[in-house]
Amino acid sequence: MGEKVGIEASIAIAEAAGLANPDVIAAYPITPQTHIVEHLAEMVANGEVDAEYIPVESEHSAMSACLGASAVGARTFTATAGQGLELMHEVLYIVSSMQLPVVMAVANRALSAPINVWGDHSDLMAVRDTGWIQIVVENGQEAVDNVLCAFCIAEDHRVLLPVMIHLDGFHMTHVIEPIIIPDREEVQKFVPPNNYPLPLDPGRPVTMGGVGPPTIYPEVKKYQDVHLRSTKGVILEHWDRFARAFGRQYNPVECYRTEDAKVLIMMMGSMGETAMNAVDNLRNEGISAGLLKLRLWRPFPFEELQEAVGGADLLVVVDRAISFGGPAGPFCSEVKSALYNLEKRPKVTGFVAGLGGRDIPVVGFETMVCQGMEIAEKGGGEILETYGVRE
Amino acid sequence: MQNYTVYVPRLAPKKEPFAPGHRACVGCGEALAVRLACKAFPPNTIVASATGCMEVISSQYPMTAWRVPWIHALFENAAAVASGVESALKAMTRKGLRPADGTKVVAMGGDGGTSDIGLQALSGAMERGHDFLYMCFDNEAYMNTGIQRSSATPFGAATTTSPAGSHSIGQRTWKKNMAAIAAAHDIPYVATASHGYPHDLMAKIAKGIAVPGPAYVHILSVCPTGWRSAPDLSVRLSRLAVETGVFPLYEIENGKYKMNLELKKLRPLQDYLRLQGRFRHLSEGTIMEIQERVIKEYERIKEKAR
Repeated sequence: MGEKVGIEASIAIAEAAGLANPDVIAAYPITPQTHIVEHLAEMVANGEVDAEYIPVESEHSAMSACLGASAVGARTFTATAGQGLELMHEVLYIVSSMQLPVVMAVANRALSAPINVWGDHSDLMAVRDTGWIQIVVENGQEAVDNVLCAFCIAEDHRVLLPVMIHLDGFHMTHVIEPIIIPDREEVQKFVPPNNYPLPLDPGRPVTMGGVGPPTIYPEVKKYQDVHLRSTKGVILEHWDRFARAFGRQYNPVECYRTEDAKVLIMMMGSMGETAMNAVDNLRNEGISAGLLKLRLWRPFPFEELQEAVGGADLLVVVDRAISFGGPAGPFCSEVKSALYNLEKRPKVTGFVAGLGGRDIPVVGFETMVCQGMEIAEKGGGEILETYGVRE
Repeated sequence: MQNYTVYVPRLAPKKEPFAPGHRACVGCGEALAVRLACKAFPPNTIVASATGCMEVISSQYPMTAWRVPWIHALFENAAAVASGVESALKAMTRKGLRPADGTKVVAMGGDGGTSDIGLQALSGAMERGHDFLYMCFDNEAYMNTGIQRSSATPFGAATTTSPAGSHSIGQRTWKKNMAAIAAAHDIPYVATASHGYPHDLMAKIAKGIAVPGPAYVHILSVCPTGWRSAPDLSVRLSRLAVETGVFPLYEIENGKYKMNLELKKLRPLQDYLRLQGRFRHLSEGTIMEIQERVIKEYERIKEKAR
């Protein structure tokens, strides 16, 4: 078993990616992701990781280089954040559509303007429909564990899709936490070698990325959707395998004190840890509150969410992004649509909070639950309800 | 040139990695250039292509003209994809994950995909020193989208976004010098080539692939559709471009220039221009101006090659 050490989450993620023995790493610096690729560069320079490290000239080329490397059958890793993720946007669709198992850590960051390097989910929401498997983690340990799982999931022949691990910029990337880094032998046992079935190989020439005219395009896209949905079972399988090997279990929707809860608060990412304290406080005050944390963002876990909501009367959803001029909280609107057709569904109130790295203290989540209850009782409420924003 | 159809098919390698039956226009010089370039590939070659005419005409599902491994992702990233392919081959061969079969990497793009939208990715890949050849098939405009000007469109040429009119002579800027830009990266091999000189072209492709590190070959490719020229004149036009000095054939090996075909006397520019509708609006004065520039540029390269 690996030892528990005090380590910055970014460094730990790099350690995990390095333990997975990648062949090609493409890297471009952007805050708050930079520590990840810096540490990988160090490990390659010291001979601890045997990989080609490509210091590309942009994130667009980082993802393009990963695309090319993955097509040859290399195990491929990169990391980015915010504007960098936006710059690689069009390449993301191609990597998933061509079924290339690239693994990427995303240090979630606000989008300009004004330029803001701190954490929120604007970048995460912008890549929602890129066809990648997307896992949102809550602390450094989850990031390490899920980077290892990501290689297993992505390269599984039943999947062959790229995987993004989302972690909140600064709130996680720059925090030193006690984290267990698994041993090399354990990782070797857990992450099987990559064996891409149809690589670019002169012995067996294939044409990749040809033109898809209207006679075939819709079928390709339908297949892509059906396939991405179908990978949920395999993801759960690898999470279970991880639990058996390392003793830490992951689920598409994580529940905290949800038994008999009448009001549930729900979010993604690092906010979950703070919200746990808020739920404890609310319970102490006699409010029957519980917490839901979405771990698997794509494919979206409809059944697990419906089950987790259970008999609650109210669901308060916290978004760290805005859909301007639309339904305000993009995460909330997804949650709503997942519950809409249920015979008995809870009322849903959404809040947008913590944009551009603004802190949400424990009392913030308590306030949102209480305000959510008031809004639900009165009925209605604004389309955009915010917490902690000056009027 | 009269013997082109006699000697080229007999002396060129018989293999066709770029298969016939693709969808290029009649008289497409670019498809001819690609076909010739592919003949010069060593046995194990992987191609990364940019979006453009050659990608569209060769890869429409469920057909392909490619008998070598071929990958296309986007307009501007062929060089970046190639750098990923090359790095993967290097790492996987070193780690024993694939055989050491000497597989080579070639990237290709048109003039837009190379000198405009793909310039950054190309510059990055050349600067990083990846072992690959980049082939720019330059037909002097965005032909695939309908003849829009690029930075490689020659001065005075009419395109759909640089039309000639009462207030416009057509393209108002001089052609971007991509060979010089590539050479400025201090890469071991840069060359210009033309499908009118097939053996020179094939030799340069082979050399560019063989040389360790990045190589760049810029190939003028006649486009009857965009140049408004007769489809049966494509080979003649490609030779006229060289004979008039508009497109000199040269190599830059480790920074050293070498003229491959040094002409004692250049043919008059008009011999080249008058066969193309894209120049037909030009006044005597403008033609004179271009003629002077062509001679000056030709002399400049000759000087460098001394």
